[in-house]
Amino acid sequence: MAYSDKEKKRYQKQVTERMPKSNAFVQCISAFLVGGLICCIGQAIMTLGTEFFKFSKENTAAFTSMSMIFLGSFLTGLGVYDKIGKVAGAGSIIPITGFANSIVAPAMEHRFEGYILGVGAQMFTVAGPVLVYGVISSIIVGIIYCFI
Amino acid sequence: MDMLMNFVWAFIIGGAICVVGQLLLSFTRLTSARILVLFVVLGVFLTAIGIYESIVELGGAGATVPLTGFGYSLANGAIEGAMENGIIGAITGGLTATAAGIAAAIFFGYLFAIIFKPHSK
Amino acid sequence: MYKKIGRQSVAFKEPVRILSSGTVVGKNEGKGPLSTFFDVIVNDDMWGTDSFEKCERKMYEQAVRIAVQKSGIELNGVDYLLGGDLLNQITTASYAARELEIPFLGLYGACSTMAESSLLGAMLIDGGFANTVACAASSNFAAAERQYRMPLELGGQDTPTTQRTVTGAGSLLLTCGSNKTTRKERPEILEHVYITHGTIGKVVDFGITDANNMGAAMAPAAMDTLLRHFEDTGRTIDDYDLIITGDLGSFGSEMLINLCKGRGVDIESKHIDCGNIIYSKELNIPCGGSGCGCSGVVMGGYLLKRLDACDYSRCFFMATGALMSPTVNMQGESIASIAHGVSIERLVI
Repeated sequence: MAYSDKEKKRYQKQVTERMPKSNAFVQCISAFLVGGLICCIGQAIMTLGTEFFKFSKENTAAFTSMSMIFLGSFLTGLGVYDKIGKVAGAGSIIPITGFANSIVAPAMEHRFEGYILGVGAQMFTVAGPVLVYGVISSIIVGIIYCFI
Repeated sequence: MDMLMNFVWAFIIGGAICVVGQLLLSFTRLTSARILVLFVVLGVFLTAIGIYESIVELGGAGATVPLTGFGYSLANGAIEGAMENGIIGAITGGLTATAAGIAAAIFFGYLFAIIFKPHSK
Repeated sequence: MYKKIGRQSVAFKEPVRILSSGTVVGKNEGKGPLSTFFDVIVNDDMWGTDSFEKCERKMYEQAVRIAVQKSGIELNGVDYLLGGDLLNQITTASYAARELEIPFLGLYGACSTMAESSLLGAMLIDGGFANTVACAASSNFAAAERQYRMPLELGGQDTPTTQRTVTGAGSLLLTCGSNKTTRKERPEILEHVYITHGTIGKVVDFGITDANNMGAAMAPAAMDTLLRHFEDTGRTIDDYDLIITGDLGSFGSEMLINLCKGRGVDIESKHIDCGNIIYSKELNIPCGGSGCGCSGVVMGGYLLKRLDACDYSRCFFMATGALMSPTVNMQGESIASIAHGVSIERLVI
């Protein structure tokens, strides 16, 4: 039995058509609610920084991102963050807590392979590209600003 | 009252940015790693053309907490660095501005990776 | 005497007896509808070891020990151990074989390993190269997830076609058809279960690239092997009570039924899939189970016992495997798949 390309194409089309679809509407609602909520926690930390600790603008920003990252890492360690992610999808991936999650998650399960090549090297398997492309694009923007 | 409105806007803007990410996840075959990269680069780009600043003014943490906000800090740092120190500032500026976040991520990431064990689910 | 029939099949001169089986499963599988059929249910993530990989290895070793122990044969009376698993360099099987000290032939057929090993084991026995062969396959959710997908604690959603890798190991002990041990002598053995035919699969690839849709990628391979088996042996769907596939999951099964229908074979009423019956609905797994262990434990634990109890008299067990790796998948390759099948029959000889 040899299968023609036409037959394969037809099969691929059938698979795409019949594949069970996720309920994007419900997913978007939960992404909105959880994402909004996480940002409100960030807003609360920011308010705490400016109103209570009287931090400068830069320090408030640093304080907020550090605290959010602490929260994301801690919840990942407890094994809670992936459960939030099951419901929230992008709502918990896009906020900076999700960035922290993507660093802790590979690091903690590579501890079996040791602290240097396990935890140390695997920490950025998921988050690495974000830093790489973020930094590169910021440098490009900076250089463009040098010349205009 | 002002403070309450800040929270409302943070919720709306933050939620909306996440919905954009969710739409990409649900309707395209982009993996979450690609979406994260896309959001950071998008944040850098929108900041460079001056749009993201006004989103941050309105949304506060709603605009800075999502990864686009990370791109915003990177780009702002690079632009400020370029203004003050030319090319060298353009290269160092981004990481200088985001040092707190990256250092915290490495530190807490390592700490909790050492303390906790993964679960099989 | 030449025992190959048709293009891809073999018919054993003397049916090969499946003497006993051993199954070890994880806690989620142990909560499923088949829980009473399994020998050991492990409720601990790592079963007292310090990594998921070592846990899988221990399951593999125990599954083989249980099957051998039920049969009353000594470990050093087993001629060969055939088998594999999903991890890189099939380390689970190899390191378990280190402990078992049985001459070992490692196999990689991804999730088709259980069918591949029983097919080869039966061929070795019928060829006169062995008296007793142990066949085993295993998988572990956490270890497979780490290797093939994303870190366990990374937050994200399952796609609607995601299947869950079964944590478990299944093993069979094959022996010559002339072995007439009865249940009076060894209460835990299977009395009347034999392998009579086997069909070796071809690698089939219909161009599916989505690694979260393995079932749909493997369905064409299953269709190919099944139809080839009918053609080679001259049998039809009416000759079988049951067509049991390894881990197509609910969507893959739908596609297989559909593909067969397109070629004039209606298997719908006779088809079940190991991945569809292993988990209970409450776990909310979108598309069922997968992995070497899935077909391994369902065959070893459930299918053979039902056959021996007269619930079925002739089954075609077909385990399907997706042969891709994350590397080739990232390089844009589609998912090449294979399915091997064995006819398992209840015979009173």
